[in-house]
Amino acid sequence: MNQVEQLSCRELVELVTDYFEGALAPAERARFEQHLAACSGCTRYVEQLRATVSAVGRLEPEAVPPDAEAALLEAFRDWKSGI
Amino acid sequence: MEAAAATTARDDARIVAALRAGDEDAFRMLVAELHSSLVRVALIYVPSRAVAEEVVQETWLGVLRGLDRFEGRSSLKTWIFRILTNTAKTRGQREGRTIPFSSLQSPGTVPEPAVDPDRFRPDDDPRWPGHWASAPAELPEERLVEAETRARLDAAIAELPASQRAVITLRDVQGWTSEEVCNALSISETNQRVLLHRARSKVRAALEHYLKGDEE
Repeated sequence: MNQVEQLSCRELVELVTDYFEGALAPAERARFEQHLAACSGCTRYVEQLRATVSAVGRLEPEAVPPDAEAALLEAFRDWKSGI
Repeated sequence: MEAAAATTARDDARIVAALRAGDEDAFRMLVAELHSSLVRVALIYVPSRAVAEEVVQETWLGVLRGLDRFEGRSSLKTWIFRILTNTAKTRGQREGRTIPFSSLQSPGTVPEPAVDPDRFRPDDDPRWPGHWASAPAELPEERLVEAETRARLDAAIAELPASQRAVITLRDVQGWTSEEVCNALSISETNQRVLLHRARSKVRAALEHYLKGDEE
């Protein structure tokens, strides 16, 4: 096997989103996974980022402010009476 | 993917038909689904929350007025966000705000490390250049679901630059696909990933800081 340039931890943390998104080229992906297999710090980091994504996914989207909704429904009724 | 697109097209046709028929509940549901995302995208172009809310109101009026022109060549969502973006850009210019083109269209030009560089050993480190000096610890899983942690996450997202905040909101809070986000914001996949990466990295750092700080 060819000696490939190893990723440093500082480089790896910049690739995590590309890794999650399946946007790394196969060789890059292999380097990423090789590093991860040997590095507990980066493994933790990737776990933290995954936990962040799922925690953000459990946030409630902001509700529509009541006055905005009231104004929109009124506009909708006006529009409806014009169609 | 094609099946998903077909489902979207069918749903869109149903929603548009309901709106054209004057179905108020259909309108209310569509507003509930998209309003906060619209506000966050508007904030890329306009300076304040109050102006963003006005832009979104104007957008909905534009949606209703333009409904007869909607032909389903793009998804309903994409079409609505195009109207929003045009409205917000016009309003932003009127407010004297220079459009932050670079933050959305070429976010990669300004480097922004995902992790504080002090967390790594220096490049001239004799043994482990660029490796962790202070490695991350495991996050306490049970704390992640606490209301206080959720409030911290909301606050961390609120503090992000507008384009990063919009992308993480659409992708991770609302669960949109990257394709939907690219279409809604008219940005490339690459730029979408850069913005998402920066947003997630900062929110992770805030989360780590909060959970660590609390344990001490």
